[in-house]
Amino acid sequence: MAVATAVKARTRRSPAATVLLVLGAAYCLLPVLWVVIASTKSAGELFSTFTLTPSTHLFDNVAALSDYRGGLYWRWMANTALYAGVGALASAFVSAMAGFALARYAFPGKSVIFNLILAGVLVPGVILAVPQYLLLAKVGMTNTYWAVLLPSMISPYGIYLCRIFAAAAVPGEVLEAARMDGAGDWHAFARVALPMMRPGLVTVFLFQFVAIWNNFMLPYIMLGDDRLFPVTVGLSGLLNQGATQPAMYTSVITGALLSVLPLVALFLSLQRYWQVDLAAGAVKA
Amino acid sequence: MTTLPAVTPAAERSAVTTAADRPGRGRRRSGTPYAFLAPALVLFTAFLGAPVVYAGYLSLRRVKVSGLGLGRGSRVEQWAGLSNYTRVLTDSEFLPSVGRIALYGLIVVPLMLGGALLMALLIDAGRSRAGRFARTAIFLPYAVPAVIASLLWGFLYLPRISPISDVLNGAGLSAPNVFSSSWVLYAVANIAIWGGMGFNMIVLYTALRTIPGELSEAARIDGASDVQIALRIKIPVILPSLIMTFVFSLIATLQVFAEPMTLRPLANTISATWTPLMMVYRDAFIRNDIHAAAATSVVIAVATFALSFGFLKLVGSRAFRQED
Repeated sequence: MAVATAVKARTRRSPAATVLLVLGAAYCLLPVLWVVIASTKSAGELFSTFTLTPSTHLFDNVAALSDYRGGLYWRWMANTALYAGVGALASAFVSAMAGFALARYAFPGKSVIFNLILAGVLVPGVILAVPQYLLLAKVGMTNTYWAVLLPSMISPYGIYLCRIFAAAAVPGEVLEAARMDGAGDWHAFARVALPMMRPGLVTVFLFQFVAIWNNFMLPYIMLGDDRLFPVTVGLSGLLNQGATQPAMYTSVITGALLSVLPLVALFLSLQRYWQVDLAAGAVKA
Repeated sequence: MTTLPAVTPAAERSAVTTAADRPGRGRRRSGTPYAFLAPALVLFTAFLGAPVVYAGYLSLRRVKVSGLGLGRGSRVEQWAGLSNYTRVLTDSEFLPSVGRIALYGLIVVPLMLGGALLMALLIDAGRSRAGRFARTAIFLPYAVPAVIASLLWGFLYLPRISPISDVLNGAGLSAPNVFSSSWVLYAVANIAIWGGMGFNMIVLYTALRTIPGELSEAARIDGASDVQIALRIKIPVILPSLIMTFVFSLIATLQVFAEPMTLRPLANTISATWTPLMMVYRDAFIRNDIHAAAATSVVIAVATFALSFGFLKLVGSRAFRQED
């Protein structure tokens, strides 16, 4: 570290680098800044006042959005938390078990299973949506919470990462010692391996959380009942209505702002868990 | 499957093979790995394996309608050979949507990864106090899902809202209508670049941090400039990460769906078959032609596989050998 700080102290500041970085940051912040300002405007002001001039109607807009069909928006938010939260939690757990087995056991069929899972990484997930819908329709599960939750629980990439985390973070000797002490396989996994894999599992959880929260097509085709919608599908429907009633636009904009706030907070607080080396699969936490 | 598991040899070496090399204990644990794998395998089979097989099956079937198509038995499913594929591939809207997605990919992937690499290199070089701030700001859009990102940009594209058209009008220039047919592809591409740059930047930045500082320092003493260090040392070292981000971006690009679907109410230049996946959606749920939808899905899946595997084969051997 001493060398690194010494090097840093000697490096000259570069105005060109600063300009480029600020430009990049401005590009990324512009729509965020806009939605914050736009959500304070009334429907009339949205199209009449200067884009970046804030107004005072934020609370009116939030109230109007909350009133929309008896608080449907907040139900969408709760649904999103359920799909992304529970789905990602289940996915991280399933991946941890599978990754642990692949990293720490030798058994017949291991390489076949691992290669299948790797092939799954490259299968474009969205392409599965139509056959998934048809298969779930056969068992009468479309238009239920399960239709979105169950397909979200499997993540081949999560399993791939967990295998690497388990191999790197759980020394074989520690497991051996646990077994010497008479711990069963399940105990060795749950009490010894799982805590050691924790930073990696947070990363897998976050990956899957974003993947579910980002997956528009799956809930869009699985769900017909708008009380089951996640907020993304709900807001895209509201935008459709805005084409005929422009007053709806303020609700869409306010809804967009409120929906990303919790996620932005989650992301910024857990930023270090994103330091994933995709090629090496290791977390630099 | 020889190129992707670049890291498995190391994982393999450190793995303790419990059951196999310890007789006497093997019996007790022989079923254990399968029990740990069971939930994953059940879910994998139900929601990945079965849908893939089912899509293939459906793509080879068709519904034969006899009479007026009313009443029981008038609609019979039968084998269709490859007729669904010829029907889909000769559909007058298929080739334009493939062409659109190819152009879209050619814009999005290089610009997104180029931007991500540039930002990652600039932050890593540590020549600016803005580095930390920029890192957080550029990562922020990753927290915004594609639908919401499309909503935000969609409004910003409206001439009456866009601050850019305000500026252009102020300068006496007329702002282009971003939703016109000649611009709309770039409008959608911009949303994808905005949403994807931050994540890729973090991945590349993380890879850059693993390069020992002494390496750059030695090059600097030899008189190398920052740009030379980036081109000759840093980029070659992080090549495996660049390749992975490229492949993941390619897969994401080929399945673009949320952005154009969200923008449709604002832009009438986005047709129902604007991308191949939108065509799948239209065939399956608006035309009720699941067989054509399945055939198109298979075509997209095969194309994705071919492109990502072809690319990994092309660069794989050279890129991954550096890890040994």
